[in-house]
Amino acid sequence: MAEENPIALTVEDATCHFDVSAPWLTRVLQQSQRRILKAVDGVSFTVPRGKTLSIVGESGCGKSTLARMVIGLQPLTSGKIAFPPLARPHGTFAPPRLQMIFQDPYASLNPRWRVGEIVAEPIRELKLMVGESAIQARIAELLNIVGLAPADAARYPHEFSGGQRQRISIARALATEADFLVCDEPTSALDVSVQAQILNLMRQLQDEFGLTYLFISHNLSVVRHMSDEIAIMYLGRFVETGPAEQVFSDPRHPYTRLLLETIPSVETPNRARTPMSGEVPSPIAPPSGCPFHPRCALAEARCRTERPRLTGSGRQVACHVTAAVAP
Amino acid sequence: MSGAPPLLAVDHLEVVFDTRHGPLRALDHVSLEISAGEILGVVGESGAGKSLTGTAIIGLLDPPGRIAGGEIRLNGQRIDNLPPEAMRKLRGKRIGAIFQDPLTSLHPMLTIGEQLIETIRTHLPLDAAAARARAIDLLTEVGIPAPEVRIDHHPHQFSGGMRQRVVIALALAGEPDLIVADEPTTALDVSIQAQITTLLKRICRERGAAVMLVTHDMGVIAETADRVAVMYAGRIIETGPVEAVTRAPRHPYTRGLMASIPSMRVREASLHQIDGAMPRLTAIPPGCAFNPRCLGASARCRVEKPMLEALPHAVACWHPVAGGPHG
Repeated sequence: MAEENPIALTVEDATCHFDVSAPWLTRVLQQSQRRILKAVDGVSFTVPRGKTLSIVGESGCGKSTLARMVIGLQPLTSGKIAFPPLARPHGTFAPPRLQMIFQDPYASLNPRWRVGEIVAEPIRELKLMVGESAIQARIAELLNIVGLAPADAARYPHEFSGGQRQRISIARALATEADFLVCDEPTSALDVSVQAQILNLMRQLQDEFGLTYLFISHNLSVVRHMSDEIAIMYLGRFVETGPAEQVFSDPRHPYTRLLLETIPSVETPNRARTPMSGEVPSPIAPPSGCPFHPRCALAEARCRTERPRLTGSGRQVACHVTAAVAP
Repeated sequence: MSGAPPLLAVDHLEVVFDTRHGPLRALDHVSLEISAGEILGVVGESGAGKSLTGTAIIGLLDPPGRIAGGEIRLNGQRIDNLPPEAMRKLRGKRIGAIFQDPLTSLHPMLTIGEQLIETIRTHLPLDAAAARARAIDLLTEVGIPAPEVRIDHHPHQFSGGMRQRVVIALALAGEPDLIVADEPTTALDVSIQAQITTLLKRICRERGAAVMLVTHDMGVIAETADRVAVMYAGRIIETGPVEAVTRAPRHPYTRGLMASIPSMRVREASLHQIDGAMPRLTAIPPGCAFNPRCLGASARCRVEKPMLEALPHAVACWHPVAGGPHG
């Protein structure tokens, strides 16, 4: 009996730079430099098997780019992404199967295909089943799993609501017998009551099939509900990582504190709050030192010059000020 | 009700869309009032009719949509039956509008100064220099740094949050009594969202304007509004002070909606979910529109439509939930 690797994904120093320079001739004439957008800048993490790692951040922090790098839609500039092999039947080992759930259920399903065809495509393409009747039975089973009726296979995507479409996306992902799902804002296009349905379904599927999720979201309350581990991202780097429970109960990085402080909450109506001034700086010309220092109330001279590294084990924080205070 | 009439009074408003298959009633006897210096939050899921209510009040309903019944009064004067030219003068002068997407609500080819000055001079008898000074004042008021410089910039030179501030400045240009803000923070990041809601609150208090805040985000409502109206399938089903409605919702739908928001404090095993989805306008069930999704529905709910009570915390339900916090 071979031992199961407890790690589903290892990312080491992954970097993705985009060249956003002006065209060559313009650069020569205006004597301007190349401009590099560091969308993801040296990010390392691991995702334990059967768990959920959430990456949280505001627009433009690089979280979606990171998701696309993991799934292989975006080549890495440098660094390494590795999926340790999983035990398969007959004593073999193979890398996990990856699938992605996209944000917009209106754009991620082919409007000209029937739902049955959409779900059957990965089964046919990967030759997971032989025989039309076996495939049809599998489609019915998958639609049942995600809470749709087998008869829905004959309908087109436009006949379904947003939440139902997201169920179809999940059924398509499960059709590959996927072990690892990368979910990029899977519920942000949905209404809250429907969002609750989809989140419950995703948690239930995780328990049932032992799925591993890499969950990308800007919504902290959704992340709170879904995650085992959490990583807060700011301008292409992780600023704080750790078990979700601890990050929420005891945020260490000033940016994490800011996010938790500013999120509007129904639990505290009409709370007086001090909104944070400033905005996310441009990733093309990030501030020197700690990229958060222009917005940070705790910033010291050192923060303006020296870039903090993620330190600590288990709980990691990239901050000169709070990491020093922390036990 | 005694005392001064409310600034905005919407009384049994009905909006109908004439289609090939007959008229569709999109708003069904919507009544609401907003006093000066008050923020009314209108909340609901997609298709509930919340934006349509705002659109009808601004007088921007597009055919085939039309007001089929009811009255809209601004300072006691009927505005729902005004000729288009009179309504156009009213809009911008007495009613300011803020829309969801700050990029598409600004002209990309004109500087924000040109847009502000045009709006100011349309509504106020000022010469160009005075209008420019007024525009700079407005930009200062909405918190744009270095307004004397920024006034000559184009919209693309502003970030999303700053653009939304410009849109708010535009809405304030005619010194309106009423501001209709339709999802003003939805396109923004949480930290920026907090800045914009705080700004809206400040403007409402300082200028004594009435604000109608339309959003799907219960958190934003809870933090910003004084009173809230919850809409479902074209009707207001619950209305009251924001504390009362969020802490002790009386309508089963509001209760379900509140419970389906993931909590920031604890990680629940599963979220409360309301099964099903909001009915389409073509298939609104008889009786209470919520009855097919309601666990407490009785025979009466299936045939007889409940009316909104005349109470400060009113609900349209035959079996309202007794007081006490949800969950």
